[in-house]
Amino acid sequence: MDLSTLTHITAARQRSDLIALGPTVVPLAGGSELFADPRAHLTALVDLLTLGWPALTITEDGLEIAATCTFAELSRLPMRAGWAAHPLFYQCCTALFASFKVWNVATVGGNLATSLPAGPMITLAVALDAELLVWRADGSDDIVPARSFVTGNMTNALADGDVLRSIHVPLASLQAQTAYRKIALSPLGRSGAVLAGRLDVLGAFVLTVTAATLRPVQLRYPALPAAHVLARDITAIDCWFTDAHGAADWRRAMGLLLGEEIRVELELAGGRQ
Amino acid sequence: MTLEQAKIEDVGAMTFEVNGTRVEATPPPGQCLRTLLREHEHFEVKTGCDTGDCGACTVQVDGTPVHSCIYPAYRAAGKQISTAAGLGQPGTLSPLQQRFVDSAGFQCGFCTPGMIVTATAIEADPGLSVDDLPRLLKGNLCRCTGYRSISDSIVGEHTPLEGSCHAAPGHEQTETSSLGPVRATGRVGAARAVGLVGTSPGAIAGERVVSGLEPYTLDVAVPGLLHLAVLGSPHAHARIRFLNVAKAAALPGVHRVLTHADSPTTLFSTARHESRFDDPDDTRVFDQTLRFLGQRVAAVVADSVAIAEAACRLIDIEYDLQDAVFDPKLARLPGAPLVHGDKDPVVSRLADPGRNLVAELHGEYGSVEAGLAEATTVVSGSWQTQRIAHTHLETHATIGWLDHGRLVLRTSSQVPFLVQKEICRLFNLDPAGVRVFTARVGGGFGGKQELLTEDLVTLAVLATGRPVQYAFTRTDEFTIAPVRHPMTIDVTLGAGRDGRLTALKLAVLADTGAYGNHAPGVIFHGTSESVALYNVPNKRVDAQSVYTNNPPSGAFRGYGLGQITFAIECALDELARELAVDPFELRRLNSVQPGDPLVVTHEEGPDLVFGSYGLDQCLDLAEAALKRGNRVVPPAGSQWRFGTGMASSMIATTPPRGHRSQASVQLMPGGRYLVRVGTTEFGNGTTTVHAQIAATALCTTIDRIDLVHSDTDAAGYDSGAFGSAGVVVAGKAVLAAASALAESLGEAAASCNGVDSAVAWQLERDGLRPVGAGSGLLSLDDLALWAAANDVDLTATRREHGALRSLAFNVHAFRVAVNTDTGEVRILQSIQAADAGFVMNPEQCRGQIEGGVAQALGTALFEEVVLDGAGAVTTRVLRNYHVPQLADLPVTEVYFAQSHDVLGPYGAKSMSESTYNPVAPALANAVRDAIGIRPTELPMSRDRIWRLLHG
Repeated sequence: MDLSTLTHITAARQRSDLIALGPTVVPLAGGSELFADPRAHLTALVDLLTLGWPALTITEDGLEIAATCTFAELSRLPMRAGWAAHPLFYQCCTALFASFKVWNVATVGGNLATSLPAGPMITLAVALDAELLVWRADGSDDIVPARSFVTGNMTNALADGDVLRSIHVPLASLQAQTAYRKIALSPLGRSGAVLAGRLDVLGAFVLTVTAATLRPVQLRYPALPAAHVLARDITAIDCWFTDAHGAADWRRAMGLLLGEEIRVELELAGGRQ
Repeated sequence: MTLEQAKIEDVGAMTFEVNGTRVEATPPPGQCLRTLLREHEHFEVKTGCDTGDCGACTVQVDGTPVHSCIYPAYRAAGKQISTAAGLGQPGTLSPLQQRFVDSAGFQCGFCTPGMIVTATAIEADPGLSVDDLPRLLKGNLCRCTGYRSISDSIVGEHTPLEGSCHAAPGHEQTETSSLGPVRATGRVGAARAVGLVGTSPGAIAGERVVSGLEPYTLDVAVPGLLHLAVLGSPHAHARIRFLNVAKAAALPGVHRVLTHADSPTTLFSTARHESRFDDPDDTRVFDQTLRFLGQRVAAVVADSVAIAEAACRLIDIEYDLQDAVFDPKLARLPGAPLVHGDKDPVVSRLADPGRNLVAELHGEYGSVEAGLAEATTVVSGSWQTQRIAHTHLETHATIGWLDHGRLVLRTSSQVPFLVQKEICRLFNLDPAGVRVFTARVGGGFGGKQELLTEDLVTLAVLATGRPVQYAFTRTDEFTIAPVRHPMTIDVTLGAGRDGRLTALKLAVLADTGAYGNHAPGVIFHGTSESVALYNVPNKRVDAQSVYTNNPPSGAFRGYGLGQITFAIECALDELARELAVDPFELRRLNSVQPGDPLVVTHEEGPDLVFGSYGLDQCLDLAEAALKRGNRVVPPAGSQWRFGTGMASSMIATTPPRGHRSQASVQLMPGGRYLVRVGTTEFGNGTTTVHAQIAATALCTTIDRIDLVHSDTDAAGYDSGAFGSAGVVVAGKAVLAAASALAESLGEAAASCNGVDSAVAWQLERDGLRPVGAGSGLLSLDDLALWAAANDVDLTATRREHGALRSLAFNVHAFRVAVNTDTGEVRILQSIQAADAGFVMNPEQCRGQIEGGVAQALGTALFEEVVLDGAGAVTTRVLRNYHVPQLADLPVTEVYFAQSHDVLGPYGAKSMSESTYNPVAPALANAVRDAIGIRPTELPMSRDRIWRLLHG
């Protein structure tokens, strides 16, 4: 839609250009979320794409995803030897409600920064214990663990003027076995629950629950837990919520169901290793 | 550092290419590419949702498909944009566009240009496969077709009626051939050249639709156009205490601010019917009292939408809050806040505004008490239906202007003639001074049997003298456009040991929201054919429609029948279980047949007749198909339960108390026929059927027929495209006019040739030939020339009044699997048998049925306009209101009964609304069969089904 209150959009060329950001001036990446919601308080946007960040950078200790990396680019992440977690990238892309055409513009950072419960890049980043590099408005850098980045339904650790720069996925997570489950009220609908499990090479197990809860929830275990232990902990999650994409009681039940499916899948996968 | 200093480069002048043509533009900073393209008259890029969800605005940017409504316009700088019009145009269609024409891959066609750009991108990308079509097409919504024909168009196949993807090749064909009715609809392409009734020529506008060149309401460039934006009420019930528009009016670019001070005080109803007395007069253009959230408070007319919206934010206003009521049960109680307590019940035609009662119906036939006492089996239950948004992809919109002092309204309406009448009444205008017309309308489903934008545009045009446009946003559609009436429906049925019904008791409570548009009609019609379908000696109906401070409810496909059929057919299913009688058998035992009286609370008047009867065949066809099964492999696992279910429905083929249409057919210079008819094309296919009727009656082919319709200046009066009247009323008028012209052409030919008038002339495709005389053909062209030279008017005009109404039937059946862990309902087989009389255009009629089933499955499984309990809609965008996608729908097997109606043209019956009505109950009955618990609430979403099992 037209954002009719904007008076200008500036193209950022260097970090100092971001100083224009503030309560009524926000960063623009793909635009698929910004241009889909009327925001009459906005006066200007600062375009991040012109900063020219490389989308995907493989480093010695993992993978760096630029906040401006699109879903389309991420979905084509090349496979590397030892990256057992590779399927999770594409799987999480498919959990986006929007179509493959929106993948061409929607960005990883935009999805995280919007911080909707159903944001699948939140699932991905939290499930892989990613660390987020935040450029604070005061010019400092900050590393925020993905699991504490999203604080609620559309709230997060970013303050006015902050910019999410990149998402760093540690190598250990890339080498872990993962399992993914999504359910919605319709076959390809907006997510009611998205769960991802990660079984590290050293045996630790992490279950990430998203879309069913107001904020991502991580359950961590030194090893795969017994079914009843996992069920007990999922039941204890306190932020299931109700909206048009599912009632809280159903979401809790789906969390239990899919969490156990993930546990069993990784148990079998671990057994094969 | 200030903002100005930080500015690196402003968006400014830029160039880009659209379909190979260079464009220069300076888009405003926040403009999206869709708006920029439309400003440059690329009207093939449609506005459907504004949030990137519907796909109607899809274009390719440097070969990459994007939703242009969420793509910043300035990013098009230096890029190459391609749209549907760039892929091919009439005469030079791309193969894919041609397949959409040949497969009838659209109905209203509003989604089609975006669908085709998307499909073209899928074809072009080696990384994408049509095998993945359900996922790839989830960002392209079609509300009309049900997607089977779209999938056929993209894949390049033609799925036979029985649903080839389910039927074993060869095997199933043999079995079904014993069933008699229409075997195959045939490809559209083959019938294009001839197009007689009973064949399937494609839509007249097909080539323009698939290339995006068929204009819809807003697809026109009007010089000097102003735009209108509305300030909506922030309160569900309030009175305006203070209103100051000075700041808004002073904003540069603002031409006028309109408020209740400018409004006519005349009360009216947004609902439109042949008789304006059908609906209560309870609405004003602007009212000082606001009765629902979002109701118009003021409107600004300005140079742009942006300025108008900015001015709306500058209006100073104070409200006195009033007590509000949101629960229809509470609204009836003494002491409840009164929504229209100020209204005179006689003047406004309200049952009792002192109890929030808009309309009610109480009546008994026989004695239900005695009937229940006599029954050996009694079942009863309570059912609840939800609010549904029509979600026609083209939103409500009107452009108005003055033409030599006459008011002209180009509007997205199903009822242009009724709009004209009411606008004249409201603004005290002479009908001769008002023209209302529609372009092709992008879907309606009853939602455009309302006057929602035309009154404001009229007020604005009259106030400014300038052309003015007002278009609903998709959020407006969800929040202020009327929805389907939510109802609570209690049913009690009694039957004897023989399975014959002894009593039927029905109690209905409908929430009509803050205004009474369609409130009486919906409960009267809703309790009519649903109840009359069954022979029961004792019936009682108590129905009430009440005001609340919720958003208004209105007309929706089925007009109340969908809701009440849901309850009654579910109750019948329960009765069949109690009696241990097969549900098909229970219907055979109790359904009306020709000769039976049609009874609701008394015998229906003589206007309703069995012009034909195909219910028995429909029951047989659906039952046989269900028994036969299909090739779908049921899911494995102990969590799955399986069941079957069915339901029937009946509908009168025409609305009661008259539905008028006048048609004329004229032989034009050049030897072509011009049909003028008032009814509207909104995806229902009437233009195609009317051309087929004229071609058949005039012994010619469809390519000789031109059609002008839906224009108060250019066609005779028509009550409108509602109540499924497009074929059986307007079509009948066309048939009468064309037949009359055929007759007079013979006489004219005799005069023209100076031959003995006793010689009969035989009409054929290109002209007339004297019977037996052996002489040559008198061409239509020559006859038209002669007529013009001799001042002979070769026009025939006829009227149809819809005084007699017939009955049509539909039976739906499902086989389902239900996942008891998740609540998922998976449809393994979907069957609809339809009693459409003579099928005018089988492929098109099939599309209507598939589309009705699709919309009904949305109602049954997914859709709900959710309120927060205080009158606010929480499902305000498409992503929070799940309209069925390709991935959500089965291919429905469609069977036609062989019947021939004595009333309808060529024996046809209506088949627009009725296809929707039996679907939800059939599905609920199948779910009940599978899980042993009866769902009584729509939608049967996964969380609700799960809760039935585990809650």
